[in-house]
Amino acid sequence: MAQLATSTVGAAIAVKDLEIRIRGDRGSYPVVADMALTVERGETLCIVGESGCGKSMTALSLLRLLPDAASASKGSIEINGEDFLAMPERRVEDLRGVEIAMIFQEPLTALNPVLTIGEQIAESVRRHKKLAHKAAMARAIETLQLVQMPDPARRAKQFPHELSGGQRQRAMIALALACDPKILVADEPTTALDVTVQAQILGLISDLQKRLGTALVLITHDLGVVAEVADRVVVMYAGRRVEEASVYDLFEHPIHPYTLGLMGAIPRPVAGRPATERLVDIAGTVPPPWDLPKGCAFAPRCPRASARCHEERPPLEEKRPGHFAACWEHVDA
Amino acid sequence: MLAYVIRRLLLLIPMAVGMIVVTFGLLLLVPGDPAAVLLGPEASPEMIANLRRTLGLDDPWYVRLGAYFWQLLHGDLGRSIFQSAPVSEIIGGRIGATIELAVVALLLATLIGVTLGVLAAVRQGSLIDTVTMLLAQLGVSMPVYWLGLLLMLGFAVQLNWLPAIGRGAPMLDAIVAALSGRPQVLWDSILHILLPALALAANSAAIISRLVRTSMLEVLREDFVRTAYAKGLRRPRVVVRHALRNALLPVLSVIGLRFGALLGGAVLVEMIFAWPGLGQLTFSAVSQRDLPLIQGIVLTFALIFALVNLVVDLLYALVDPRVRLG
Ligand SMILES: Nc1ncnc2c1ncn2[C@@H]1O[C@H](COP(=O)(O)OP(=O)(O)OP(=O)(O)O)[C@@H](O)[C@H]1O
Ligand code: SF4
Ligand SMILES: [Mg+2]
Repeated sequence: MAQLATSTVGAAIAVKDLEIRIRGDRGSYPVVADMALTVERGETLCIVGESGCGKSMTALSLLRLLPDAASASKGSIEINGEDFLAMPERRVEDLRGVEIAMIFQEPLTALNPVLTIGEQIAESVRRHKKLAHKAAMARAIETLQLVQMPDPARRAKQFPHELSGGQRQRAMIALALACDPKILVADEPTTALDVTVQAQILGLISDLQKRLGTALVLITHDLGVVAEVADRVVVMYAGRRVEEASVYDLFEHPIHPYTLGLMGAIPRPVAGRPATERLVDIAGTVPPPWDLPKGCAFAPRCPRASARCHEERPPLEEKRPGHFAACWEHVDA
Repeated sequence: MLAYVIRRLLLLIPMAVGMIVVTFGLLLLVPGDPAAVLLGPEASPEMIANLRRTLGLDDPWYVRLGAYFWQLLHGDLGRSIFQSAPVSEIIGGRIGATIELAVVALLLATLIGVTLGVLAAVRQGSLIDTVTMLLAQLGVSMPVYWLGLLLMLGFAVQLNWLPAIGRGAPMLDAIVAALSGRPQVLWDSILHILLPALALAANSAAIISRLVRTSMLEVLREDFVRTAYAKGLRRPRVVVRHALRNALLPVLSVIGLRFGALLGGAVLVEMIFAWPGLGQLTFSAVSQRDLPLIQGIVLTFALIFALVNLVVDLLYALVDPRVRLG
């Protein structure tokens, strides 16, 4: 299995050979496989990929918060060099929220409907900073201000259903940032926000990174955001990494047909097609994880697919220094 | 909020009128003559006819119903035929005991039901879960009188731990006594109420525990529970503060409805344990066809039930910020 060239010693996050398996009505099948991630302190890793490719599952495993049906069935996760999967539950609880925090994808369902925004943030502060009720609430309001919540003192007293979608998302972000986490996992944190606010929030997160050396794992659909904030990028398809590179390399020389599809450009001229043709979306749909094709999972949709692609799964290999891809017929950079 | 309470209270009036008319109609249909019961088997037909006239029982039904409403308008529930005392006085002397029994039973049912329901949900599929659900099945299907007799036989007759029948000092008096240095009075009251309250509570406890379990299982899968864990909160805090609080919302209205069922069950339990409350009174009033007394009791029960439901609705709005009263 291919590994990153970078050393993983002392990294904030080091995931190796991770498999996440679902046990459900359809039997047991992996939704994430051969996953490896290394994020240094202060570094930003972006994970991109279509809906259902296992981004949220990967993110949840980094807090050991996988749903009951799912479990890390193989591999290892190290947080600050400690074996995270073998850690006692109480120690994990001590780390969550302060050492490693998460911004969840759905702010409406991720916030408790019967507690005020302020209470929910202050609860986290009280838990980790040992502050009294009043001081914790003051800290909550301060954090809400930080994420540009309008009228933060009043919002703190309101319930999630009383806020707009964008405000809820900011409350969710404030909740994650309240205790100055050293590692932040953000699952599409800015989707419901307009571009200006989104830029503000991303700016805020990168301030936090500079101030505290926070390691950031950012999941997003938005390649514009990736270009803006990422140091390294992992492109996922059907539960696996298909391409991984520094943000510069990825945008300069994308080599996997799926990445090219995501970027909206067709790969190098295939017979009979002009190189300038743009793809708005990649045709076809993602195969379900319980029914993956035998060879390359992308083959049914891939414009470059050959006979071999349908038979054998391509391994992730270093195609150029620091630039990995899993493809038999990749584009030459 | 106040307007809502007033509106709900005003709605009680048509409800009470309806209850009275229905009870009145039912008693017209049921055979039995209070005059005959009152005078005993030796009475001659003339004596009975005389008494019926004095009691106004020979008047047409609409006159009697009208007269009853006229009394009510003046705040008068009438006089009992058999006890020759005002109905309000008789009920007033009994109502405390029944409310005490029902409230203690409701507290017991809630405490037992919620605790077992939460344990079963948190340990889904474990031995605790299986045993709890078996107990709940038993509690739901076991008739109140049967359980009452069983408890009495076991704890009072066989083990002799608890008194079989009767009531100690009224609970509020007993608490006052305990506070002024006589705890044995309170202890005695508690010992007396334990068996009847438990018999009365079992059914509701079983229903509540099932409901809490289902509701908890659902809530524990919610995203906000995961968020609570992501904050680093420990499991007991997540379960109680985040999950249970939400899981209890649908249970709350059921707990309110159970209070009505408890009042009904009290009639049987009071008979078994000789508990001097409205239940016992209901039994004798019905067997004697004591019309004014029956009407008074029905009205009282209906009123208590309606008030309890109002309180539950207000509580609901208090604990669920998404609920708007109106
Ligand atoms: N609780 C669950 N039980 C069973 N399967 C699940 C569960 N949650 C997710 N899955 C499945 O796991 C796979 C990966 O889901 P995941 O949520 O990680 O996707 P994602 O990349 O985050 O997608 P999106 O962009 O839509 O958020 C999907 O096929 C999904 O159907
Ligand atoms: S391996 Fe083949 S099918 Fe898969 S992405 Fe590469 S070219 Fe396409
Ligand atoms: Mg997701």
